[in-house]
Amino acid sequence: MLSFLFRRLLQTIPTVLAVVALVFVLFSVVPGSIVSSMSDDADPQVELRLKKQLGLDEPVYVRFGSYVAKLATGDFGTSFRTREPVTFMIAKRAWPTLQLIFAAMAFSVVIGVPLGFIAALKPGGIVDTLAMVVAVSGLSIAKFWLGLVLMYLFALKLGWLPSFGYGDGGLKYLILPAVTLGVSPMALFARTTRAAVLEIMTADFVRTARSKGMSETRVVKWHVMRNALVIILTTVGLQFGALMGQAVVVEKLYSWPGIGSLLVDSVLQRDIPAVQGSILVVVLSFLAINLLIDVLYGVIDPRIRYA
Amino acid sequence: MTGAPLIEVEDLRIDLDDGSRRVAAAEGVSFRIDRGETFGLVGESGCGKSITALALIGLLRQPLSIGGGTIRFEGREIQHLSAARQRELRGNRIAMIFQEPMTALNPVSPVGRQIAEMFVLHKGKSWREADRLAVEALASVRVPAPERRVKDYPHQLSGGMRQRVMIAIALACGPDLLIADEPTTALDVTVQAEIIELMRNLCAERGTAILMISHDLGLVANVCRRVAVMYAGRIVEERGSADIFRAPSHPYTRGLVDSLPRLGSRAALGRTRLKEIAGVVPAITNFPDGCRFNPRCAHATDICRTIAPAADLLEAGGLVRCHHHA
Repeated sequence: MLSFLFRRLLQTIPTVLAVVALVFVLFSVVPGSIVSSMSDDADPQVELRLKKQLGLDEPVYVRFGSYVAKLATGDFGTSFRTREPVTFMIAKRAWPTLQLIFAAMAFSVVIGVPLGFIAALKPGGIVDTLAMVVAVSGLSIAKFWLGLVLMYLFALKLGWLPSFGYGDGGLKYLILPAVTLGVSPMALFARTTRAAVLEIMTADFVRTARSKGMSETRVVKWHVMRNALVIILTTVGLQFGALMGQAVVVEKLYSWPGIGSLLVDSVLQRDIPAVQGSILVVVLSFLAINLLIDVLYGVIDPRIRYA
Repeated sequence: MTGAPLIEVEDLRIDLDDGSRRVAAAEGVSFRIDRGETFGLVGESGCGKSITALALIGLLRQPLSIGGGTIRFEGREIQHLSAARQRELRGNRIAMIFQEPMTALNPVSPVGRQIAEMFVLHKGKSWREADRLAVEALASVRVPAPERRVKDYPHQLSGGMRQRVMIAIALACGPDLLIADEPTTALDVTVQAEIIELMRNLCAERGTAILMISHDLGLVANVCRRVAVMYAGRIVEERGSADIFRAPSHPYTRGLVDSLPRLGSRAALGRTRLKEIAGVVPAITNFPDGCRFNPRCAHATDICRTIAPAADLLEAGGLVRCHHHA
């Protein structure tokens, strides 16, 4: 197990390097720079001096080399915009993003998985039909639209929840963004769970379980659940990655001070160190979660053992 | 053969509902099995033998359902019992083992736990006590080092070992009837013999009756005292197993016996081809009128094509459904 973890960690190095290189190259070919984003008609003298100061006058490969060298020591560089260390900026914003993603994930798992289970137990029944309507709508609704509707309903009309912002970091600020972000994974989990349970219900070992004389509830509890969990876990893992991407939209919409809104703002202002830092953190979290899921597989399914 | 039979099936009909109409996947199925008896049900795939077994244990699922007839267990009709009452019988008094031991066991549950479930379900044992009994059960099917093996998962066991686990599960509660549906078809020939021996010995020790289902007439005749041959949803012949080999009455049975390869037959008979039965089993939705075997039968006459033959009792015991039986 330990050697497996070590090997997996080694395997992430090329991925990280590729991401760093790709982002770096992309931002050196896109038009505009931190300088042009500040003012439309800057004095060429000022522009030149600023570029020199930020090291932007060097050739791309030199800049890339020095960036990677610093990165290796854990230094993400300094923001062009705020002159703060990027590490510091990210650290400030990591917690709100984590809160948002985990709250959205909790919401979607707690609602989606049981919904899928209940739907699968009586396929074609009322619950099933309703659940699948919810699932299909949940998958097809655009996040920014859903967010606006929720804001209108719960903040403006009913006044139950704050419409946006992080506030004091309390739960009531978290609810709307988390639900907005969690609806589509919830729908996906409901569908995946339903499909997984339906498939497992036709398996030979479920027939064996029935031939033992157990009730359907026990068949599900003792034999179907754990097998379904393997499939659900895969989807949950993949969705973690997707959520980190989608969080950008939701954070922007709710003015949530997370890494997603940092990323958007930094891109608009060509604050390359901040962009790279944010993307890198997202990629690293994605890799970490994938690793965690791989480890969990082994815990749930004895056929998967890592040597 | 005195006293009430253990299980008695009378005129059982199993319907297949394909949404628009109902067709009988099996009909007029009647047989009885006495306590401790070994009874075989033979036929090609799709002849209705497996669904008959599932009907006995109450596991028919849509689109299949019991369309008529009775199943009596110890004299009591069980086909219309409530789900809860059926579950008391299932596993406890009537147990079943299936063909494919790889997929018939839950892949993510240790085999010991899958045996222990039986004691928790039917004997009211605690899990701790049940786990201990599971070791004993595994030992009784001659699995070496059972106290270690109970912790194994199905994929860590060979096919033969897995089928031993299935037998341990089935016999855990000391059932009166064991239904074995092609129990050795998926296994190597050498393992087959071991598993059959084991099953036969354990059942004989405990007085458990066996209903063995197979396409292999040779195997069934070897294990069972009586054999019924099914064709296209009907029992066409039922005999003592020695008789069925010596003098099969139904042309289909004769075909099955003739198609069995015999050891040493080449030396005795020279180079002869194995005999096969021409044609294929008709589809459930397209059974022919009259005797269902008539399109494949060399002796078929007009009456065979119009009237379904009734069961004729044979003098030597047993019955046959053929207008022209020997």
